[in-house]
Amino acid sequence: MSILVDSGTRLLVQGITGSQGAFHAQQMIQYGTNVVAGAVPGRGGQWAVGNTPVFDTVHEAVATTDANTSIIFVPAAFAVDALLEAADAGVELIVCITENIPALDMARARAYLDSTESLLIGPNCPGLISPGSTKVGIMAGHIHTPGNVGIVSRSGTLTYEVIYALTARGIGQSTAVGIGGDPIKGLNFLDVLQMFEQDSATEQVVLIGEIGGTDEQVAAEYIRTEMSKPVTAFIAGQTAPPGKRMGHAGAIISGGEGTAAEKIEALQEAGVAIARHPEEIAELAAQNI
Amino acid sequence: MKLHEYQSKQVLAQYGVPIPNGEVAATPAEARAIAERLGSPVVVKSQVLVGGRGKAGGIKLAGTPDEAEEVAAQILGMDIKGLTVKKVLVDEAADIRSEIYLGAVLDRSARKVAIMASSEGGVEIEEVAAQTPEKIITVHVHPLLGMQGYQARQLAYGISLPKEHVSAFTRIAQSLYRAFVESDASLAEINPLVINGDNQLQAVDGKILLDDSALPRQKQLAAMRDPDEDSPTETEAREVGISYIDLDGEIGCMVNGAGLAMATMDIIKLYGGSPANFLDIGGGAGADKVLAALRIILRDARVKAVLINIFGGITRCDEVANGIVEAINSLNVKVPIVVRMVGVNEDEGRQILADSNLPSANQLSEAVQMAVAAAKGEGE
Repeated sequence: MSILVDSGTRLLVQGITGSQGAFHAQQMIQYGTNVVAGAVPGRGGQWAVGNTPVFDTVHEAVATTDANTSIIFVPAAFAVDALLEAADAGVELIVCITENIPALDMARARAYLDSTESLLIGPNCPGLISPGSTKVGIMAGHIHTPGNVGIVSRSGTLTYEVIYALTARGIGQSTAVGIGGDPIKGLNFLDVLQMFEQDSATEQVVLIGEIGGTDEQVAAEYIRTEMSKPVTAFIAGQTAPPGKRMGHAGAIISGGEGTAAEKIEALQEAGVAIARHPEEIAELAAQNI
Repeated sequence: MKLHEYQSKQVLAQYGVPIPNGEVAATPAEARAIAERLGSPVVVKSQVLVGGRGKAGGIKLAGTPDEAEEVAAQILGMDIKGLTVKKVLVDEAADIRSEIYLGAVLDRSARKVAIMASSEGGVEIEEVAAQTPEKIITVHVHPLLGMQGYQARQLAYGISLPKEHVSAFTRIAQSLYRAFVESDASLAEINPLVINGDNQLQAVDGKILLDDSALPRQKQLAAMRDPDEDSPTETEAREVGISYIDLDGEIGCMVNGAGLAMATMDIIKLYGGSPANFLDIGGGAGADKVLAALRIILRDARVKAVLINIFGGITRCDEVANGIVEAINSLNVKVPIVVRMVGVNEDEGRQILADSNLPSANQLSEAVQMAVAAAKGEGE
């Protein structure tokens, strides 16, 4: 088993006719994901990426194909509209890849989403994958291998680095979730840790955090008080100077809150093993097997 | 992106926040002319994008136009935390009876805009938070409702504002919230908001930070950017879509992805080196971007070695390799370059590098150690 995505996932690709959308829809199909529909306003009735039907609206796509998960590849100016449309159509899990969505737009969108049943992953994230079964994202599928380590991360390529090291050591993954680097997003470390704690196929968890915000500290408190499964962590940005924006909008250290040192201390107090570099995560995870 | 004090106050004034009369000067003579027009004692304030201007001597009072010219001459050209003062704001000096803090910030954990007020104005709010946190009153605004009157009143009564100022304060707090939202700010502060000699509330200093992701739809505000906010190299990088930050080490870094770029810097430090920069070429970068990135890195004379770490996904290793080879052929590269690339088309990429006699490594820690050794002149 796994969390969030599996063989029951019926995926809708919003923006399937764009270059990113088409490329990754193809990649996901090749990985084995059940891509049931695309949604692009004005392109209803067409076919994309082989034999995937395209609909003008998400409501129509869901009504016709029973899509239960959506992945969004539309430009920042239209992405919030796309994710609200998916939520309004009752899509259970919405994965938003788009980056550079203004934070206040996300604050409004998230406030609405909280009144619906839909879960959001992202924005500005690589998506998620349950290796050997289903990929809903842009990560390279071949570096993953099925197994029992759950991964949750704010980063994209850094996660690939960790997974590459795990796979090289023969340590497989149950599900790897990239929650994204934005300050306001959908699922957070805490939500995903709770899912891994409940998931029978996950035996241990790797958490990949970075500077900015206090989400890692919130996660540490949950790990300390509630979590039974072992957790290994890596926090990026230990050498980042304060006050500089390091690519991710979330990665700003301001006013002594959100430094790597604070996060590492909180996680260590919760009994989490801290890796000094990504390859060391695989060594520490191996000790938990 | 940061706005200067004078720009921030202009934005706030557009939403109805009262500010002192004043204008910006780039020369002492202009400062004098502004003081003459204002016809009152003035305060001459350096306009640089750092805090602590007052302590650095960058804010001075002047009783007469002569004095305004004199202090402007002292302040213009002054170096404040590495930034040269090119403009001063000449404001009517306020007769300050009391100072209040009023600020709006996006609270990421609450996922709402937080409006904070304190009776302890005129000092940094971080200081108040550390010393007397009970003196900060905070309300969170629901993003779908906007700031309500009662929330502004909660702030006013919470800081024990004299009754006669409550309604003016309520209007200012709601104006601040509207300015914040409509400007796509991540921070907007009035500090201090003063009660002046005429017993009126007035925003004597203001500060606004903008959400960079919203700049494409905030064209007027984006045009206010001070090119001195970033180094020329940082500006050039931004224009080609590369995220770059100057640091002071000796190993130039080129990485795809912000998290991996930060982790690469951390590992350089772990193995005894020091990164010269943060550089994220972004997802799907092709040969052109690699060339631009390498040009930017090599312009820094302190760089003694370059480490390129690419984890291919949407970025393809062969394209990156072509960019590296092209860059080396066109840029007259004198420092050693260590490449580590894994992922999509890695074999093709490595072959391209090998054909040009460039060392590459599979493991990240191995590549970092090679770069650290190369920067110390220890060769391969």
